[in-house]
Amino acid sequence: MNLWSYVIRRLLYTIPIVLGVCLIIFIIFNVSGYDPAQHLLGKHATAKQIAEVRRELGLNKPLVQQYFDIVKSAFTFDFGRSWSTKQKIIDMIKEGAVPSLTVTLPAFLISTILAILISIVVAFKRGTLLDRALVIKCVGMMSIPSLAYILFFQYFFAYKLGWFEISGYEMGFPNFIPYIILPVFIYVVLSIGPDVRYFRTVILDDIYQDYVRTARAKGLSETKVLLKHVLKNSMIPIITYVVIQIPFLILGALLIESFFSIPGLGGLTVKAVFDSDFPVIKAMTILSAIAYIVFTVITDILYTLVDPRVRLK
Amino acid sequence: MGAPMESKSKSLWSHAWDSLKKDKTAVFSLAIISIYVLIAILTVTGVVASGWEKEVGASYLPPSAEHIFGTDIFGRSIFLKTLKGVEMAIAIGLITALISTVIGVILGLTAGYFGGKVDETIVWFYTSLASIPYIMLLFAIMFVLGKGTGTLFIALGVTSWVPLCRLVRGEVMRHKEREYVQAASALGAGHRRRMLKHILPNILHIVIIQFSLRFQTAIKSEVILSYLGLGVQGVPSWGTMIDDSKLELARGVWWQLGAATLAMFILVLALNLLGDALRDALDPKLKGKA
Repeated sequence: MNLWSYVIRRLLYTIPIVLGVCLIIFIIFNVSGYDPAQHLLGKHATAKQIAEVRRELGLNKPLVQQYFDIVKSAFTFDFGRSWSTKQKIIDMIKEGAVPSLTVTLPAFLISTILAILISIVVAFKRGTLLDRALVIKCVGMMSIPSLAYILFFQYFFAYKLGWFEISGYEMGFPNFIPYIILPVFIYVVLSIGPDVRYFRTVILDDIYQDYVRTARAKGLSETKVLLKHVLKNSMIPIITYVVIQIPFLILGALLIESFFSIPGLGGLTVKAVFDSDFPVIKAMTILSAIAYIVFTVITDILYTLVDPRVRLK
Repeated sequence: MGAPMESKSKSLWSHAWDSLKKDKTAVFSLAIISIYVLIAILTVTGVVASGWEKEVGASYLPPSAEHIFGTDIFGRSIFLKTLKGVEMAIAIGLITALISTVIGVILGLTAGYFGGKVDETIVWFYTSLASIPYIMLLFAIMFVLGKGTGTLFIALGVTSWVPLCRLVRGEVMRHKEREYVQAASALGAGHRRRMLKHILPNILHIVIIQFSLRFQTAIKSEVILSYLGLGVQGVPSWGTMIDDSKLELARGVWWQLGAATLAMFILVLALNLLGDALRDALDPKLKGKA
């Protein structure tokens, strides 16, 4: 089977998933009994006002039509307008994507590279005290809630020591740099624990395989075995883990952006929850699911390029 | 591994229990979790921390011998609030893990056992559900259901069963063709009996490991929901305490954040370490890999 037929088959397979995602979103937002019109207008709304809002949101249409409206918005990205800013949601998303990426992209690169390096060292030293100590440190770091990290670092480094901006953002390179250092640092601290733990398991899973024993039996040094043989095979699960995170980079870091007033998509989402901005929450849910599906397809295609065995399945 | 053959073969469970007992970290973690559960029982019954609502001193007293974690804005003891928070944390962990386990096991067993169209439908459903990022799904459900402790349990439970369901399904598929299941069917056991009485006990280790994972993710998720104003109302929870402290830090009041974070850190760390030890003890494939 050639690559193209695989790609087409993989794309066809996403159709039922997109329809399924839209169905779940439809059930949550349109049939669960939640009435956004009532929510928006409060208790004293007249029947006419409620009917008006319901018409605007398309809630007076038959249910099947409402479902297809969601499916349509998943492809056209036409999500209507925000309740709180009255802006078109798609424009808000376009504006928010860049600030989000200026935080998440450097943070993601730094944390991934750092985590891979640390886990290689840990794999070398497996079973030693250093390995045990690092694993416990990772688990310990993961046991503190993210909000506590953000609060503490913002207070300590920005407020108390005054090394960084407490919050805010400026558009354009290099103006944004002073504002992103601390958020990037917090992002790295937050993700290094789970990353190292996962990469370490993946690498150790491979170390006990037969081909590694063969490589050692050939007389290769431990360094060569690890870097040339083990790492190459471990790359497949590592790539999946890494690529799957990319849609979340675009969506931004929810709490971090909100705390540092970075006008990205994460902050936008959190603000929508605060403001009960129904259309924005719905739009972000659809958008994040679509982004996730697109990147799973990309990962699967990358797989077949890295590992020819996958295509045979 | 080159362990010597034992004269009497032991079941997976007694074997696991033996290796858990030898693992000092596991024993220690188990002890800590038991203490937390005990505190929760004592606060529910009102033996401990029943006076958390009372004013014990001035507003924002720093930690001292009298008030070891200081006081909050209303002069209430942070120590008692933290203790009372144990109750909510254990409730959140236990109830959401239970909800997600029940859904995950039932759907996973059904999909793996029956296969075919049933399997395809369930897999389609959970693949779709898992395509919506966890946190967005959680926001959406909380938003629609509205605030409240009950909805918090439901939202955390229904958003977190997919990993368990996947694992159970895969494992059941491997088990259903085995001889012991065929033997049961030859003896006239029906589908339900084969699933619950024969296959389930053999995959229970996965359920237990995932349960400990869900327990602690739920506790951590509560903090984020508290920040968004979707958390627990009325009674103290570590999430609301941490959220409250965002306005206090600038005034140098760090003890509410410190106390809640510390209490949560110890419990979640113990759950994490116990989960790892359980996995090592119950999953023979991972044996010896540290």
